Amino acid sequence: MAGVQVSNVSRSFGAHKALDDVSIDFADGGFYALLGPSGSGKTTLLRQIAGFDFPDSGRIAIGGESVERVPVEKRRIGMVFQNYALFPNMSVADNVAFGLSVRGEAKAVIAAEVQRALDLVQLGKLGSRRPHQLSGGQRQRVALARAIVTKPRVLLLDEPLGALDKALRVDMQIELKRIQREIGITTIFVTHDQEEALTMSDRIGILRDGRLVQEGPPEEIYDSPKSEFAATFLGDANILRGDTTGTGIRLPDGTAIAAGAGATLAAGAKASCAVRPERIRIATNAGSADQTNGNMLRGQVSKRIFAGNNSTYFVERDGQTLKVIVQNTGIERLAEGQDVMLSWSPESTVLIAAN
Amino acid sequence: MAGQVAVGSRSGLRSALPLLLPAYLWLTVAIFLPLSAMVFFSFMTDLPLSGKAWSFTLDNYMTFFSQGLYPTLLLASLRLGLEVTLWCVVIGYPAAYVLAKVLKGRSREAIFLLVILPFWSNGLVRIFSWAMVLREGGILDTALNAALPFEINIDLMYSYPAVIIGLVHSYVPYMVLTCYLTLQAIDDSLIEAGRSLGASRLQMLKRVIVPLAMPGLVAGAALIFVPVVGSFMEPRILGGRTGTFYGTIIEDQFVAVFNWPLGAALSFILLAVVLVMLALASPVLKRAA
Ligand SMILES: Nc1ncnc2c1ncn2[C@@H]1O[C@H](COP(=O)(O)OP(=O)(O)O)[C@@H](O)[C@H]1O
Ligand SMILES: [Mg+2]
Repeated sequence: MAGVQVSNVSRSFGAHKALDDVSIDFADGGFYALLGPSGSGKTTLLRQIAGFDFPDSGRIAIGGESVERVPVEKRRIGMVFQNYALFPNMSVADNVAFGLSVRGEAKAVIAAEVQRALDLVQLGKLGSRRPHQLSGGQRQRVALARAIVTKPRVLLLDEPLGALDKALRVDMQIELKRIQREIGITTIFVTHDQEEALTMSDRIGILRDGRLVQEGPPEEIYDSPKSEFAATFLGDANILRGDTTGTGIRLPDGTAIAAGAGATLAAGAKASCAVRPERIRIATNAGSADQTNGNMLRGQVSKRIFAGNNSTYFVERDGQTLKVIVQNTGIERLAEGQDVMLSWSPESTVLIAAN
Repeated sequence: MAGQVAVGSRSGLRSALPLLLPAYLWLTVAIFLPLSAMVFFSFMTDLPLSGKAWSFTLDNYMTFFSQGLYPTLLLASLRLGLEVTLWCVVIGYPAAYVLAKVLKGRSREAIFLLVILPFWSNGLVRIFSWAMVLREGGILDTALNAALPFEINIDLMYSYPAVIIGLVHSYVPYMVLTCYLTLQAIDDSLIEAGRSLGASRLQMLKRVIVPLAMPGLVAGAALIFVPVVGSFMEPRILGGRTGTFYGTIIEDQFVAVFNWPLGAALSFILLAVVLVMLALASPVLKRAA
């Protein structure tokens, strides 16, 4: 097992920069999510780490050993593909055995290891089936067993749960996390699903247009995003734009917003404030608004989406729509068209330099 | 999956019948009727057309067994079929692999066209162009002598290799096409998965690609082997005196000796032998596929 260091890696396809000077340190034994919209370079980065493709410039090291020119066969990595990529001409057991048998391991060793891997993914009894006789979730488990049975140094997964339906996906997320903990393998997981990234990983790297936007533990990225993109892509924050006052911003209509977190900026520059929908209190009038919350804005409810345990209110103010998520406590239900007062604390407000 | 397909096709048979009708009509008129006539002829002493007396006989079939020449020639033709099929695999399979998995876009189309071209050219033109290349003082001879410092004498014309070359050239597109279709259907991510597990290219070929492409290989082999065993044009033109094969003997019966009954009988013996061989080979091939 080993950590992975990606340093200043760039990769272009023609004039298009798919990866632009990306550096990330994947710690040994960690579970890492690469998150970004489609086309942001997630797969390209994973393929550089796997060795299917080589960077134009930059370094990649696995376990401290430079590998950027080493082909995939020699990198000792395990890879799980979105479409499973199981060999249709082989049984489940033969699929899992493949990596060991091309290495020339003894038959008895292979059989024992294969059984252990199949047990680990809870498919112990299905070894003699063919891939086409399995469900999507089962195929994904086989692909996982096949990837880890060779004891690779790193496990790479490219949107492995993308083809599964929601319920199965949640099951597989838990399952994958359990297996990863059990064998303690460094895992890099590509996804475009922010919820998946938040719930599963120790650290998240957000990619956009081939650049690493931000990197860190989920809580850190969520609580203190460093860019509007990070704030909105992970967790869908409200963004308010204006001129910075040094400790916050002044909106175009003159309202001051105090920010207790984020960048320190020189007064006068353009800046924005990000605030999470669930941090905002919503009240029917100024009187009932929480006065201890420093930031206040008046608005009008334009839409309400009820989701059982919570409701999302869309509040219009000064030509902008703000989202507010309210836990369903059964006390207060606001109607569409109602005038409201929004309030939130400066500590929930992150100051972000304009990009 | 195979089960689903079978069920689907059975329930769809009734509605597919009108669509199949023209094909069956065509098969009846173009193949079944003439073939029945030939079966009929093969049991006659002479053709009924000339007004001569004729009767039913088994003599035509007995001739095959009573004269050592025919079985010998049949064996030679089977060997020819085997050799040509083998060469087609050796040449066609790698070509199909490169077309399906290595080349992309424009260059793939261009090479594809080159491979298919002999398919579209007239068979006789094709064979006579080979004659020009292979004969003494021909294109190959001249070119080699111009390129090499020493004198060599290349005269492949009227030889067994010439027949092989001509036949392989004519039939290799079948192998390329059938293999290309199956190879192209193999998902690239399978190859990547294999490589990520540490398999060398050779191991991938042996354990994943060849097994998955086997149906194409088998189809190509069957499409080549059967007509080559009965071929007569290439052996006659390129083989000269060495080009006497089972197919040329059958052709002789029809165009030179006018012994249609014997020609027909020899054809059906060939058909029977080929069918038996395919039947014997089918369990092995099915397992491989
Ligand atoms: N082999 C390739 N040839 C040309 N362009 C490519 C290739 N691979 C990726 N790209 C381009 O690089 C960009 C990033 O692609 P990718 O890494 O697949 O994104 P993601 O996985 O985040 O959706 C895309 O614009 C894509 O079109
Ligand atoms: Mg991708």
